[in-house]
Amino acid sequence: MAFTGLFLILFLIVHASINACIFLNDGGQTFNEMAHFMSHNWIMRFLEIGLFAGLITHIIQGLMLWNQNKNARPVQYAYSQPNKNSKWYSRSMALLGTLLLLFLIMHLSHFYVGTKVALYAKGDAPHNLFEEMKEVFSINWIVALYVAGVIALFWHLYHGFQSAFQSLGINHKKYTPMLKTIGLGYAIIICLLFALMPISMFLGCIK
Amino acid sequence: MEHYHMNLTLKVWRQKNSKEQGKLETYQVKDISSEMSFLEMFDVLNEQLIVEGKEPIAFDHDCREGICGMCSMYINGQAHGPWQQNTTCQLHMRAFKDGDTITVEPWRSKAFPVLKDLVVNRSAFDRIIQAGGYISVNTGNAVDANAIPIDKKDADDAFMAAACIGCGACVATCKNGSAMLFVGAKVSQLALLPQGGPERESRVLNMVAQMDKEGFGNCTNTYACEAECPKGISVSNIARLNSEYLKAGLTTETK
Repeated sequence: MAFTGLFLILFLIVHASINACIFLNDGGQTFNEMAHFMSHNWIMRFLEIGLFAGLITHIIQGLMLWNQNKNARPVQYAYSQPNKNSKWYSRSMALLGTLLLLFLIMHLSHFYVGTKVALYAKGDAPHNLFEEMKEVFSINWIVALYVAGVIALFWHLYHGFQSAFQSLGINHKKYTPMLKTIGLGYAIIICLLFALMPISMFLGCIK
Repeated sequence: MEHYHMNLTLKVWRQKNSKEQGKLETYQVKDISSEMSFLEMFDVLNEQLIVEGKEPIAFDHDCREGICGMCSMYINGQAHGPWQQNTTCQLHMRAFKDGDTITVEPWRSKAFPVLKDLVVNRSAFDRIIQAGGYISVNTGNAVDANAIPIDKKDADDAFMAAACIGCGACVATCKNGSAMLFVGAKVSQLALLPQGGPERESRVLNMVAQMDKEGFGNCTNTYACEAECPKGISVSNIARLNSEYLKAGLTTETK
């Protein structure tokens, strides 16, 4: 979980950086150039396989973990007070992960499928991803779903970032508080960027 | 501290043996002193049950001074009850007030089957220790304890890990029923010291293998174990266990 989690954490930096090109507000020109590069450059296409492999491994590991942990306590407590000893989001990684998977299915169907259809089914037809984004983010309930997905992502990342280092055996008096702060900063920046994309498009700040 | 008396409603898990299904039974106890320990209150209840001709409640206890790790009990939704860094036997009735309802359950874990009422079988921990939680010493004259220089910090950390009394509160508390804090403490106390060096790699691999075999869950770093541990064992021991395991797994030739 830790290795694949950290890999996906790195991916989100790339994803957020490229998408942040829409904030240049140049009618999506830079963003579309970047999107074209990402969907056509063979090195990027090769890395895409790695990304899906990492994502699927993370999901499978998560399911195995959930299953084993469920079996470790066949009889539940009649009365338990987990809030007295741990944070809700640290106990809810499987739930948050499931929400993120549902979000991801919607997200891929919005943007990934369209890009691939243009590339393969229509013989590399010109595809304006920026216009597609504007179209999707003009619908209020979809914007709301995206913001909800980003909120789930925040709690997943906030726990996952520091948890990954603990799982890899790194717990240090000096560096662990630093890693926790970096993890919080990372989660806030990434999620704020992702949340602002649908919101700013919906409000018409980006044309 | 003010001394007072209280009447309480107790909901206690009753189970005849490991095969039969158990359930929560409700009992009333009257005139309990705030200066009693929690187990003394249970003694009062058991006396009462014996007088009524009923089967007394079976529960684990031994030293009753917080050092042996024998007492268990999941009290009002928390392992060893509401106080921090405290065992059930050292929990006192001043933690409760008149009219309270207290729910008492046994540790819940596949690896700790209930034997009777509140007594669980914790021999899974013994088997993990047998798998490697020791050092092999040749017989002969006792070696001078101070002959090998040890870094003060390492000695302190080893001592902190060695404070684990193996009560199983970490497993009982963990939402995954994981024994990583216990195993982390037992691996750490030896990995930090030169005496633990020769068997360092086989120890961690064998103890983790035994832990998995016993059916404990996996650590997802909620750190609930550290919060509920009566001896305040730090989760840094889990990180040390992880790093010891990774290193041993990568460098040894055993499969």
